[in-house]
Amino acid sequence: MASAAPDAPAPALLETPLGALNRRLGARMVPFAGHALPIQFADGIMAEHRWCRASAALFDVSHMGQIALAGPGADAALEALVPADIVGLPEGRQRYALLMNEAGGIDDDLMVARLGGALHLVVNGAVREADFATIRAAMPTGVTVEPRFERALLALQGPKAVDALARHAPAAAAMRFMDAAAMPVAGAPAIVTRSGYTGEDGFEIALAPADAGRVAEALLAEPEVRPAGLGARDSLRLEAGLCLYGQDLAPDISPVEAGLVWSIGKARRPGGARAGGYRGAARVERELAHGPARLRVGLAPVGRAPVRAGAALYAAEAGGEPVGRVTSGGFGPSVERPIAMGYVPPALAGAGTRLFAEVRGARLELRVHPLPFVPPGFRR
Amino acid sequence: MRRYTATHEWIEAGEGGLATVGITSHAAAQLGDVVFVEPKPSGTVLAAGDTAGVIESVKAAADLYAPVAGEVVEVNPLLADQPGLVNEAPEGEGWLFRMRLADAASLDALMDEAAYQAHVAAL
Repeated sequence: MASAAPDAPAPALLETPLGALNRRLGARMVPFAGHALPIQFADGIMAEHRWCRASAALFDVSHMGQIALAGPGADAALEALVPADIVGLPEGRQRYALLMNEAGGIDDDLMVARLGGALHLVVNGAVREADFATIRAAMPTGVTVEPRFERALLALQGPKAVDALARHAPAAAAMRFMDAAAMPVAGAPAIVTRSGYTGEDGFEIALAPADAGRVAEALLAEPEVRPAGLGARDSLRLEAGLCLYGQDLAPDISPVEAGLVWSIGKARRPGGARAGGYRGAARVERELAHGPARLRVGLAPVGRAPVRAGAALYAAEAGGEPVGRVTSGGFGPSVERPIAMGYVPPALAGAGTRLFAEVRGARLELRVHPLPFVPPGFRR
Repeated sequence: MRRYTATHEWIEAGEGGLATVGITSHAAAQLGDVVFVEPKPSGTVLAAGDTAGVIESVKAAADLYAPVAGEVVEVNPLLADQPGLVNEAPEGEGWLFRMRLADAASLDALMDEAAYQAHVAAL
């Protein structure tokens, strides 16, 4: 069969603060977003995925870009770039936001938390430099934009995450989904949010690089916690119906097409107190009024063959032009079947609609499936 | 006796000019959890090195290759419902397909176990 390449990271890759620990734990490392990161550990992707949904998995996601905004007017200025309600974001809360371009498409998705008056952003690793430049250019004088790319970010995800974390950060137990707080974790200063990218309850823990290894080892010493890599992270988020920037979100895809209208704050919608005012608002508002050209949907292959990102979608078993495209696809270990997401015309977006994906020259049947594929475990 | 290819297939001659083909435990470990296996169907005529089907893990799809020329006569019927057999027993119950060899002597040109282990060690 086709051989996998030997897994040594290329010399130009960045290390995360947990690089040595990951390797000591037996991680298989791969290049991702310019960093050397674990794709899996010894147990493998399926076991890591299942452990997350049953117990608690610890992920190193330090490749993501942490950015701090401080100063008056930072929130209003950020609203020129994102349709989320940032001005109205309360202290100690986090929101999901979309970084827009002038064409009404999505340049990145990110989290924004308000803590101690400052705004703490977490952006995707692959575009963190570009995002930093865009955000800095949009800020008025008097607002500082501080990139903190050297910081570590740990994600502890699963129904037992709170039990394990509370032994090292008792205040975490009282947090609700999308709360943000500064608190020591195993004695290290940290910013903790109750959120994640798996569909399970869980926390993201931002730390100084020097503290990351010790905190990770403290959490891994808890019986509920096992390490997990990018492979499981991808299968978990796909089962949860969550978008991956670069696949399900891209500069030509609008928030309406992506099914992310919920992230547009009420105050920012037509008729709201601060309606529009963000890059690309014209297209978004037109699509809100008249409907988008395509919609993101869940897709369930009828057979056992996975259908992966890039596959063309057809309405018929033979003939016809493509009607859409698969943007994410793989295997769901919790649902024990292949799953995918893609974009189709609204007329074909109803649950149960029969479509065909082109895979290795043949057309495989799939059905539009509601999202998420597994019920969420958020503690609201 | 069993022979091996540089692309990590094993092949073992049996009775009546038939041989069984699978992937090695090294390949199965590299691949990770197998979720889908589809060798080419019975009746497919293959030259040595032809694509003989596909094997997919959670993360990726990989091609299978025919170790030698022949015709597929049987696909392992257990794999449709239990693709994980390839991880559990890649060199036993997780065999992939059987083929009628075009030339029984063609196996002699392939690596024996010692040569294959040396090949893997050098990767």
